[in-house]
Amino acid sequence: MTATNVSLPPAPVGAFTRAAFEAHLASLPPLPEWWLARKRAAFERFAALPLPVRTDESWRFSNVAGLTLDGFAPPAPARAVPFASIGLSKAARLIFANGRLFSREILAPDLGRRGVVVDTLQNALREHGDLVREHLLAQPARLGSGKFSALHEAFLVDGAFIHVPRGVEVELPIGIFSFALGDRAAVFPHTLVVADEGARVTVIDYFGSQDDTERQLAVGANDLYAGHGARITYVGKQDWSHQALALQSNSTVVRRDASVQSLNLHLGARQARHESHSQLQAPGANSEMLSLTVARDDQEFDQRTLQIHQAPNTRSDLLYKNALLQRARTIFSGLIVVDPDAQKTDAYQSNRNLMLSDEAEANSLPGLEIQANDVRCTHGATTSRIDPEQEFYLQARGIPKRAADELLTFGFFEEVLNRLSQDDLHAALRTLIQTKFAGDKAAR
Amino acid sequence: MKSLIDSGPAATAENPVAGIDQTKGDFTYDVAYEFDAGTGLSERTVDYISSVKKEADWIRAFRRQALQVFQSKPMPTHWATRDLENIDFDRIRYYLASGQKPKRTWDEVPEDIKRTFERLGIPEQERKFLAGVEAQFDSEAAYSNIKEIVAKQGVIFVNSTEGLREHPELFRRWFGKVIPTGDNKFSALNSAVFSGGSFIYVPPGVKVAQPLQAYFRINAENFGQFERTLIIADEGSEVTYMEGCTAPKFSTATLHSAVVELVALKGAKIQYITVQNWANNVFNLVTKRGLAHEEAEIKWIDCNIGSRLTMKYPGVVLKGRKARGEVISIALANDGQHQDTGAKMIHAADETTSNVVSKSISVGQGRATYRGQVHIPKRLRGCKNNTECDALLINTNSRTDTYPAITVRGERNSVQHEASVSKVSEDMIFYMQQRGLTEGQAMSLAVNGFINDLARQFPMEYSVELKRLIDLEMEGSVG
Repeated sequence: MTATNVSLPPAPVGAFTRAAFEAHLASLPPLPEWWLARKRAAFERFAALPLPVRTDESWRFSNVAGLTLDGFAPPAPARAVPFASIGLSKAARLIFANGRLFSREILAPDLGRRGVVVDTLQNALREHGDLVREHLLAQPARLGSGKFSALHEAFLVDGAFIHVPRGVEVELPIGIFSFALGDRAAVFPHTLVVADEGARVTVIDYFGSQDDTERQLAVGANDLYAGHGARITYVGKQDWSHQALALQSNSTVVRRDASVQSLNLHLGARQARHESHSQLQAPGANSEMLSLTVARDDQEFDQRTLQIHQAPNTRSDLLYKNALLQRARTIFSGLIVVDPDAQKTDAYQSNRNLMLSDEAEANSLPGLEIQANDVRCTHGATTSRIDPEQEFYLQARGIPKRAADELLTFGFFEEVLNRLSQDDLHAALRTLIQTKFAGDKAAR
Repeated sequence: MKSLIDSGPAATAENPVAGIDQTKGDFTYDVAYEFDAGTGLSERTVDYISSVKKEADWIRAFRRQALQVFQSKPMPTHWATRDLENIDFDRIRYYLASGQKPKRTWDEVPEDIKRTFERLGIPEQERKFLAGVEAQFDSEAAYSNIKEIVAKQGVIFVNSTEGLREHPELFRRWFGKVIPTGDNKFSALNSAVFSGGSFIYVPPGVKVAQPLQAYFRINAENFGQFERTLIIADEGSEVTYMEGCTAPKFSTATLHSAVVELVALKGAKIQYITVQNWANNVFNLVTKRGLAHEEAEIKWIDCNIGSRLTMKYPGVVLKGRKARGEVISIALANDGQHQDTGAKMIHAADETTSNVVSKSISVGQGRATYRGQVHIPKRLRGCKNNTECDALLINTNSRTDTYPAITVRGERNSVQHEASVSKVSEDMIFYMQQRGLTEGQAMSLAVNGFINDLARQFPMEYSVELKRLIDLEMEGSVG
């Protein structure tokens, strides 16, 4: 057997064949040369890479058998979208359905005057090409989802582009809604946020479906770029159909004295993978990574994080909390990397799993790779049930066990919500979790 | 005919305990080996070892099958360091021995081998505080003896060849059961070419008051040492086992790949203490695991100071109700060293508890890695694990990593894991310098303080030596 005779089996592409890719390109308006070239290169990468297998260290404990790309199709344009609100007034709202813009409202009249751009990526590619080119999917996929990141880039139709110029503070949050509608729909949502020097902005990214029985595929990404002294608050709420396979990849770049706070709320999907990559690139950079997951039924939530300290005097703080019910599974795999010159790094990573069922399974892989000595790095992971003494205390005061457990679970989440500096956001999210926890999705 | 090659400083009587100070083991004697399996690994190598040892057919078949497993398994570089690729299996000598039967008195041991162990202080330690000693020189034990009072209690302490030949009814039942051949590539390698190591049986209710000790010595260049140890503590018995090792510093790579299986039956206690101090050219790839039955306790105390690359994760399978597992780990990684150590705790019964405490010190460009696994499957209740890993980084370019993996099913168990990375605080050093200590002395004191609570769990002789070694390592590390 000679080497020339050996041909590897073609990597699986599922529904995303070359023909499907060409059809996708044909459906788009004329694209800038560079973007078209990148999409083509991304398709080649996607088609060449194998699907993850059980022995891939970055997919350890994941249900790799669930990662199927078969049977999905580009969805038809939507005629209506579900009602979704998180009860907050907003500065602007963009609604995407099945990958295309459904509606766009600029609610704060002075946004445009102050130079804030809240627009679609398709428009931004024409009007803010240089900014988009600099930041759109510009960071490497380092957490194992190379194939899916390439799929996202190749099939990306449209997404949100938010640019806040130097020194501008946007007081009210900007809401981005992405819906997948219909069985077999495949969507590729994207949110790109660029905050220039000293700018401030809050973005709420909402992902949802019409109902929980639709089998869907969502391969999303978001890029957050905080320039010198900028502050970005990002809240992601993932509430896809409970039959969806969802893969989301987040990339955060934090420059000098800038600060990014992100909180991801994971509720939906059959199997959801979330990768979050924070790069602390200059002194004074700060990244706070928060997550709350309510895992129920047979859901699997697979969260992979990377905090990279590339400069001295940077800080990162991660707190991921999971509540597990029924037969749910969670995986948390985190890594703090401190580069050789990143002295005076202050990094923290914590994963807390609350077991509310005897059949649930929590996996924790909290990791550290430290190459500088003058640092403060700690991590912790715990997995346990509700404290029986606390439960007893409440029951002794006449609160039924069920209600006591609910209260203690909300208390468990409250530690994360308390990190949000904006009170109304905190209140809105608390309400959301309480309804979700009660299992009452209709009241959403 | 046997010349003396002395590449290290002369041993002195001041430090009777060899095992911690690297320089003490750095010498070699030119020994004429009676048995030599040659260089490289094939079925012939395996057959040679089996024939020389006059083994039963089932052992030969076991070895051959293990060789196939070894050859079929890839190097685990998808998670482990690529330094493993630098092991050249074709250049290693797999079996070197002067004879198969260990001597029962030091007077019978050939002169040059005896001189080696005398320089390492083994006979002296035996007289002072050990219940029994086995001294392995390359592939075979040169000396093995157990104090009469212990032997009278029915304790069996022999090497692996003798154990399988003379007590098959005791050892065959557990041999290869705690660590199956296919557990990993290196356990398969060991299963194919194993030689030496200790087989110990402690009868029910017998508490061995003094430790049993094995000392592993590599003398030859390009050599691979593959000892195999199996310790069975019968119901309610207790035993402490200590192992030490040294090798001279050769310019080529040496391989040490042991398999150690412990079986603690109901209510038994096994404490296994390792002081690993191989020279900096040794690849030390060891699989160690214990099986703890009901209310049994297995404790690994593991100290890694030497070697080029150590990969070792002592584990306990907690098979019986209320079994308990513990790993206490100290690692010191200096320039050119990677200590990839950790622990595995596999809970398999209700109310089992485990505890892992790991402290590592990285000096210069040294790299210390903690890798751990805690597994609590479903339908268990009342299981608890506590894991703490602390890393101390001495120099600006020192490196440390932590890679734990924790799986818990069900709501009736609890685990916690904590890790921290720090350096010696400047305030502390300043405070001590104010009081007249040099920076080196202050650093030693701080580092000794860091590991003090773990070092105290070692036998006195070792913890004193450990402290002295840290003083030595710290002297050149500051300024």
